[in-house]
Amino acid sequence: MIVLTVDVEKKLGALQLMVSFQASHGTTALFGPSGAGKTSVVNMIAGLLKPDRGSIALDDTVLFDSANAIDVPPHRRRIGYVFQEGRLFPHLSVRQNLDYGRRMSGHPRDAGDFERIAALLDIGHLLERRPGKLSGGERQRVAVGRALLIRPRLLLLDEPLASLDAGHKREILPYLVRLRDEAGIPMVYVSHTAAELRRIATTVVRLDNGRVAAAGGIELLDAADSDAFA
Amino acid sequence: MLDLSPEEWTAVALTLRIALVATACALPFGIAIGWLLARRNFWGKALLDGLVHLPLVLPPVVTGYLLLISFGRRGPIGAFLDDHFGIVFSFRWTGAALACGVMGFPLLVRPIRLALEAIDRKLEDAASTLGANRALVFFTVTLPLALPGLIAGILLCFARALGEFGATITFVSNIPGETQTISSAIYTLTQVPGGDAAAGRLVLISIGLAFAALLASEWLGRRATIRFHGD
Repeated sequence: MIVLTVDVEKKLGALQLMVSFQASHGTTALFGPSGAGKTSVVNMIAGLLKPDRGSIALDDTVLFDSANAIDVPPHRRRIGYVFQEGRLFPHLSVRQNLDYGRRMSGHPRDAGDFERIAALLDIGHLLERRPGKLSGGERQRVAVGRALLIRPRLLLLDEPLASLDAGHKREILPYLVRLRDEAGIPMVYVSHTAAELRRIATTVVRLDNGRVAAAGGIELLDAADSDAFA
Repeated sequence: MLDLSPEEWTAVALTLRIALVATACALPFGIAIGWLLARRNFWGKALLDGLVHLPLVLPPVVTGYLLLISFGRRGPIGAFLDDHFGIVFSFRWTGAALACGVMGFPLLVRPIRLALEAIDRKLEDAASTLGANRALVFFTVTLPLALPGLIAGILLCFARALGEFGATITFVSNIPGETQTISSAIYTLTQVPGGDAAAGRLVLISIGLAFAALLASEWLGRRATIRFHGD
């Protein structure tokens, strides 16, 4: 079943982005070299970047449609976003970071949900700390937890491991795989590393120079010379 | 030594009240203008920037005189406010607060603007994906992150207001119990024979107040920084 439909155009400096793909449940990898436009596509899905033309739909909701002047603002899209650098709020504790989305939407506290996600990501012992006192891996797990706690309809992960060293990468990947298998939230996962995507992706959209070069199963990762992108 | 007469106490209390009211009333405008200058591009931005900084470079007497002709009872703004809201500035302590607020305004806006410019806007994007609308992003992310700049601006404006003399005396004169602040009281005392002892007392109070304000801002600034970088 199709969950996400993206068909967008945007001029970004010298790059003319023209991307069209569909994603279903599971993890869709946006794969390609640096500068291919992966992050821009994800930012458009989140509503942080406005396409020049096109449409984006999630489930049966149109999030963006230039022809009908529809542009749902990011805070009403309910799309979880895990950024490359985590982007935890430095002035809030880990607990307040995790709780931020619930407070903003005014939903009542759901202790069960909170406990479950804290356990899934193994961050229960970090709750009273400040983000400045976390390791890179801990920070990204909290960022994933914070995005999950808004009960997103879709989870975007933009190079969530890129800022981590090899050890921390190995530490966090199993959590993401567990997330894919247990949480049942469709994910769009951006990376330029084939090895990482082999662990997590169920389908692959390969971007190159602002265009979709190929779309299909994870065998696409083998076709690409991953070293060229590393 | 610090055996103040009732008149001197009145001047001290009045100075504090004027400085506090001036800073508190200027703050929302300072945040708004600081935000406009930091975040928005619009026609006339350089002009607004210049206007905000004008009290810093104009002779205070000129600022006071401009206030007098615009906010005085017969001035266009002063007459309007008097007729419609019953607010009177001329020769009242409220006028002294207005003068102090205007004089301190550039010192208030600048650190706020710099703090807002230094904020990582990606954190604001992150907040919006978590369901915060623009107002909530501003109050839960932008403003708390700008807190050190806010504290610095508030202190500078407050200190300026404590010591303001030229614009205040030009606009609202030097009326004991109504517009006579520590500064204008010291000035008056130096003009009369035998006023030295009283002037000395007020000078000491003035130094004490300035130091207290400085220490308070240091302490608040450090606490704000600690909040961002953990214990």
